[in-house]
Amino acid sequence: MNEHKHHADLHFIEVSKNTIFGFWVYLMTDAILFATLFATYAVLHDNTFGGPSARELFSLPHALGATIVLLASSLTCALAMVAVSKSDKTKTIGWYGATFLLGVCFLAMVGTEFARLIASGNGWDRNAFLTAYFTLIGTHALHIVFGLLFMIVFLWEVFRRGLVPVTIRRLTCLKLFWFFSYFIWIFMFGIVYLIGAS
Amino acid sequence: MMDTTYLFGRLTLDAFKHDMIETAVGVSALLIGIAITALLTYYKKWRWLWYDWLTSVDHKKIGVMYLIVATIMLFKGVVEALMMRAQQVLSVGDSYGYLSSPHFQQIFTAHGTNMIFFVAMGLTFALINFLVPLQIGARDVAFPFLNSLSFWLFAAGAALLVISMNIGVFSSAGWVAYPPLSGIEYSPGVGVDYWIWSVQISGAGTLLSGVNFLVTILNMRCPGMTLMKMPLFIWSVLIVLVLIIFAFPILTATAGMLSLDRFFGTHFFTPDAGGSPMMYINLIWAWGHPEVYILIMPAFGIFSEIVPVFSEKRIFGYVSMVWAMGSIAFFSFLVWLHHFFTMGAGANVNAFFAFMTMIIAVPTGVKIFNWLFTMLRGKIHFTSPMLWFMGFVVIFTIGGMDGVLMAVAPVDFQVHNSLFLIAHFHSVIIGGVVFGLFSGFTYWWPKIFGFKLNEKLGEYAAFCWIFGFLLAFIPLYILGLMGATRRLDHYELSTGWRPLFIVALAGGLVIAIGIFFQLLQILVSFRDRKKNADRTGDPWNGRTLEWSTSSPPPFYNFAVIPEVQDRDAFWTMKHGSHGEGKPRYEQIHMPKSTAIGVYIGAFSFLFGFAAIWQILWLAIVGFIGIMASLIVRLSDRSTSTYVAIEEIEKIEEERGRA
Repeated sequence: MNEHKHHADLHFIEVSKNTIFGFWVYLMTDAILFATLFATYAVLHDNTFGGPSARELFSLPHALGATIVLLASSLTCALAMVAVSKSDKTKTIGWYGATFLLGVCFLAMVGTEFARLIASGNGWDRNAFLTAYFTLIGTHALHIVFGLLFMIVFLWEVFRRGLVPVTIRRLTCLKLFWFFSYFIWIFMFGIVYLIGAS
Repeated sequence: MMDTTYLFGRLTLDAFKHDMIETAVGVSALLIGIAITALLTYYKKWRWLWYDWLTSVDHKKIGVMYLIVATIMLFKGVVEALMMRAQQVLSVGDSYGYLSSPHFQQIFTAHGTNMIFFVAMGLTFALINFLVPLQIGARDVAFPFLNSLSFWLFAAGAALLVISMNIGVFSSAGWVAYPPLSGIEYSPGVGVDYWIWSVQISGAGTLLSGVNFLVTILNMRCPGMTLMKMPLFIWSVLIVLVLIIFAFPILTATAGMLSLDRFFGTHFFTPDAGGSPMMYINLIWAWGHPEVYILIMPAFGIFSEIVPVFSEKRIFGYVSMVWAMGSIAFFSFLVWLHHFFTMGAGANVNAFFAFMTMIIAVPTGVKIFNWLFTMLRGKIHFTSPMLWFMGFVVIFTIGGMDGVLMAVAPVDFQVHNSLFLIAHFHSVIIGGVVFGLFSGFTYWWPKIFGFKLNEKLGEYAAFCWIFGFLLAFIPLYILGLMGATRRLDHYELSTGWRPLFIVALAGGLVIAIGIFFQLLQILVSFRDRKKNADRTGDPWNGRTLEWSTSSPPPFYNFAVIPEVQDRDAFWTMKHGSHGEGKPRYEQIHMPKSTAIGVYIGAFSFLFGFAAIWQILWLAIVGFIGIMASLIVRLSDRSTSTYVAIEEIEKIEEERGRA
């Protein structure tokens, strides 16, 4: 039935418009959450309670490395979305696969940083500064973990169903989420590492 | 720290041992539960309950479910209030009343948490759910499944609060849980964890609702309804949603940090290792002050709908109403420090926040005058919604004025944390929020359920509430000035406070009679529902779109999406000349019911319970359950369906015959 199809298309456009706008609004709430954590870090970052300061603990090259890895992952994510717009399923999965690997790489770098700090006796429970640091960076890392989780789910769908409107919509939201995570990281790099470690 | 086991975490048999009162409540709740189960089984209503209600994504049914949960929580909250007042009457001098101190502390904490998060928010979301799509001429919300999920998260949070009565204890640290008292050192038990998780889970639901309804209002208004043609209730909701989106993430982060402090030994708010308890108080009120405007704003919207209808006039000063609400929302983020002037932030900081607090009274005053000017020279009908309104004007204005008084920081130093403060915020919350919601429910009841409420009993209820309120809270103003602090479970006879506490208890009982009249009103009106049925869909000579469809509305709300020319769209339609041809129907696209919201709510409850009692395996089960349900939902390929033209014609024909 042709009219039916026409209706379905109109409905789909409506839903997609709502979903992507709604996802933007959700990202704004997430930004407020991070703003709260940043404010907390700003208040507590000098409260080392006799422990080492940011300058003594953080290594700027390591943080810069993590930043470059995450930047590269948002580049591959953008390239994946170009492939989506060209309806190229193989390239979409390929570039998102690269994004996934870079994301894992980033997590590993954050993980080694955390492990190094904890091993040297500077865990989150040592003082308020380290508490704020671990929570801020950890919350971001948690976002990356969830991003990777949904990347698997959505790519599996693309693999099974191809680049149909529903999967495209989901990949668009995922892209927004990934860029948002990178955007937040820029502030972390600037405020926590650049100001703190130099 | 307590001992933990792998199977049950911190949960032991001792957690189920309680005093007489709590056990009695628990046992009767259990008996009522068994009775309901038996009735449902006997009348074979399980399928009806599951398919027509619990799994429904229809915004109208979700609204009714919010109403039911919030009403149950209201009874709990009122009983707690009366228990506190009774204790304060009895526990004087050598007598120590009938409540132990720890129990009394749990009661005032539960009362505040309950009333703010589950009663006021619940009733507000009941109305928002029911009305927003109807007033903007839409068939549903932007994300119907998300709406169902929000409700079930709200219900899961409420369930955690309720079971804390009989499994373990609830928090004793007050409804905003200030550290260090709420830290692990001074509150090692599960109480504060119950508070954290019930707030956290229901707060997540609120946040999702905020996103959902914001998109609904901004994207789904019917043709012709520009922003400045929206009903004022929709404006109030839109502004509330913006506040939710800005404020609730702060609550999530703050309660999250508190739980990290308690569980992982971090030092955000601990007094040692460089933590800052005062930072918690700043953060919680950066959420908490906008929250009180989240509560009051819908009441403003409700009155802006009711006053014009029962005065048969357009609202006075529509544009100034919108700007007033907008500026209240803006200023609501600049006043949080007035909750703790006594912290000692310094004279200049206090002066700034005092000044901002006084400014915020100006737009609020504008609104009061606008309603009064709407009534001026109108044809006023003194129905029960208008009685609530007039009670509101008096009590809310009293509360607002003494709020301005307390905005003067030196005065606040005198009355900080005294019963004067308690009287102040109950004036604005009962007189404002609760009266607004009651007024709204009386007004929209015929639209929700298809029959009008008994007018006489509604009037009795309103009078009991208004006079009961004055009786219960005017003494508290006086007591506060005499030096009585809040959260007081014992005092000496020589203070001379007892007579005033007795009057306050009497006032509480008058309010209880008011609630009895409200219950009676619902029962009597249900009995007479045939006689009181609303067959026109427009029982009050309404002005907005929800009255243009039948009562209760068909599941698709509008057979044909209305087109709007003016504010008070339905009024214009009724009084304008518009062609009455046979409407041309098109098939309607509607979402299908889904049980995933129920499942995620249930798994969130399990996750919260596991986090409270530190049962690792159950937390993993809860988390995996939530994620798996989400993934199942994401891979569901048929989430919506079409209503055929023939079916619409059939339903509309029956409507026309009635």
